Amino acid sequence: MKQSLEIKSTSVITDKELKAKKRKSLIIITLIWIMLIISAIICLIPFYSMIITSTHANSEIARKLLMTPGDKFLDNYKRLVEVVPIWRGFANSLFITLISTVLGLYFSAMSGYGFSKYQFKGNSFLFACVLGTMMVPGQLGIIGFFRLMNEMGLINTYWPIILPSISNAFALFFFKQVADNSVPKEIVEAARIDGSREITIFHRVALPLMGPSLATLGIFLFIGKWNEFLQPMILLFDNKLQTLPVMIASVRSQFNVDYGAQYVGIVISIIPILIVFAIFSKQIIGNVMAGAVKE
Amino acid sequence: MFKSKIDKNPHGYYFIAPFFISFIVFGLGPILYSFYLSFTNWEGFNEPAFIGLANYERLIHDTLFYKSILNTLVIWIFSIIPQLTIALTLALVLHEKFIRGRHLFHAIFYFPNIITPITLGVMFALMFDWQTGSINQFLVSIGVIEEPIYWMNNVWTSRAIVALTIMFQNFGFNMLVFLAGLQAIPKDLYEAAEIDGASKFQTAVKITIPLIRPVLIFTLITSVIGGLQIFDAPLMLGKGPDNSTVTMIMNLYEAAFVRYDYGYGATIAYGAFVVIAIATIITFLIPGVRKKKEA
Repeated sequence: MKQSLEIKSTSVITDKELKAKKRKSLIIITLIWIMLIISAIICLIPFYSMIITSTHANSEIARKLLMTPGDKFLDNYKRLVEVVPIWRGFANSLFITLISTVLGLYFSAMSGYGFSKYQFKGNSFLFACVLGTMMVPGQLGIIGFFRLMNEMGLINTYWPIILPSISNAFALFFFKQVADNSVPKEIVEAARIDGSREITIFHRVALPLMGPSLATLGIFLFIGKWNEFLQPMILLFDNKLQTLPVMIASVRSQFNVDYGAQYVGIVISIIPILIVFAIFSKQIIGNVMAGAVKE
Repeated sequence: MFKSKIDKNPHGYYFIAPFFISFIVFGLGPILYSFYLSFTNWEGFNEPAFIGLANYERLIHDTLFYKSILNTLVIWIFSIIPQLTIALTLALVLHEKFIRGRHLFHAIFYFPNIITPITLGVMFALMFDWQTGSINQFLVSIGVIEEPIYWMNNVWTSRAIVALTIMFQNFGFNMLVFLAGLQAIPKDLYEAAEIDGASKFQTAVKITIPLIRPVLIFTLITSVIGGLQIFDAPLMLGKGPDNSTVTMIMNLYEAAFVRYDYGYGATIAYGAFVVIAIATIITFLIPGVRKKKEA
């Protein structure tokens, strides 16, 4: 009782201040909300504008600002797919990306585990080499790569696009850390005593323990491969084999005054990603943040 | 028991072998071969013939090469400053307790990052198109300008638009990295600060910023290496007036795969590598960067 009385006596003075303070923070919160919502709208408007504009005829696109949907989407779409097999590109990209991601995950987990659990000669030296390659820009060897693939007769095939996914330094580095933290040496020893072969231990014991991290890195590998442009662009000649980003680039050059068709191309490359992202955004963002902490 | 005494460590070589085979065939081999090609006159159809330092002499007198370095640095600075500022501001705001629907905002701001850079490049090219672009249409319709602005025909506006595209692509990812860093800060530090009567601003400057400094530095380093290699999106936005938006990698691409001057292209690749290496070293020399990296 005594305490509450004391508080009351002081609160008489601070009552006004307290109200003012509350009002002030309410204003700040409102301002922050307004700022946040405006930034979100600015971020979404370009995509909205692409979708809206893709539904109008070229004459309208050139004449005025378009805010509401039109009815020319199919016309634009027909002109586009007559020249560029964009869905084929989509399927090609999906095929390349899925296989590359699986290969990349499997072999990176394997080599990361190898570096983590086997103290062979030269372990730390080789690992330092791997880290060193992360500093080298990806395009440094592109000319030699192009000529070597040409000499090996691999040009215009998917091999030189898919196989390099096996050696991803960043993924190896990531999985070594994962193996260090989540695969206890004792479990590996125990499996060894039971008579398991080394590769079986990796498949049956280590890989399941590394499971959650596969999802995290899988998203990074998938996005990276899906966006790859220069390699398919220079290695594939056959238009039917091309990936989606290369096809979008060719839409830009082939339809340079047909804006309607260009807008449709953009929309086709955005919508499927938007749908996948809308369904899995919680998992994707969670994994990206988990990956960021590990680095 | 007997079996476990046998040294299993050499098995590690089998685990890391696929990585190194793939790395030598698709990574290191092409890089070394490119180095050889940079001393040849290979133009696609002829057999590469050794021409000594001729390509390197040409490179150090090539004004376009220097211009591409300048362009890349200008675009990088134009994009990195707003990018990190916006990302940090959004991360600090979204980390506040009173924000509801946090996940929706994460998703909206991160979405541009999973869109293919090629698509983003075409999107911005369409939006800032001289005659038909929605930006000009919008500015004319609200009366800010009377005549549409030819954005891509001015040295500085064209560079700014390339920088804007890069910024739009990356700020959401950086925001997630910062948020992950913020979430790793122990909550009791904030509680202690609140009890001591620290203001929001004081908490941000004295607790938040110092504790996420390693994350900020990591982002800075990766953005130097990544930001100097920009290629896809700028390629879609064109070369700008007098080559003012040609980046280093675009210059390499044009020389090798447009003009078929492969030998010289390999020389440009090595020139660009030296520039990126110097920029990375300079970043590490910034006071505090190395210390924090080790910590």
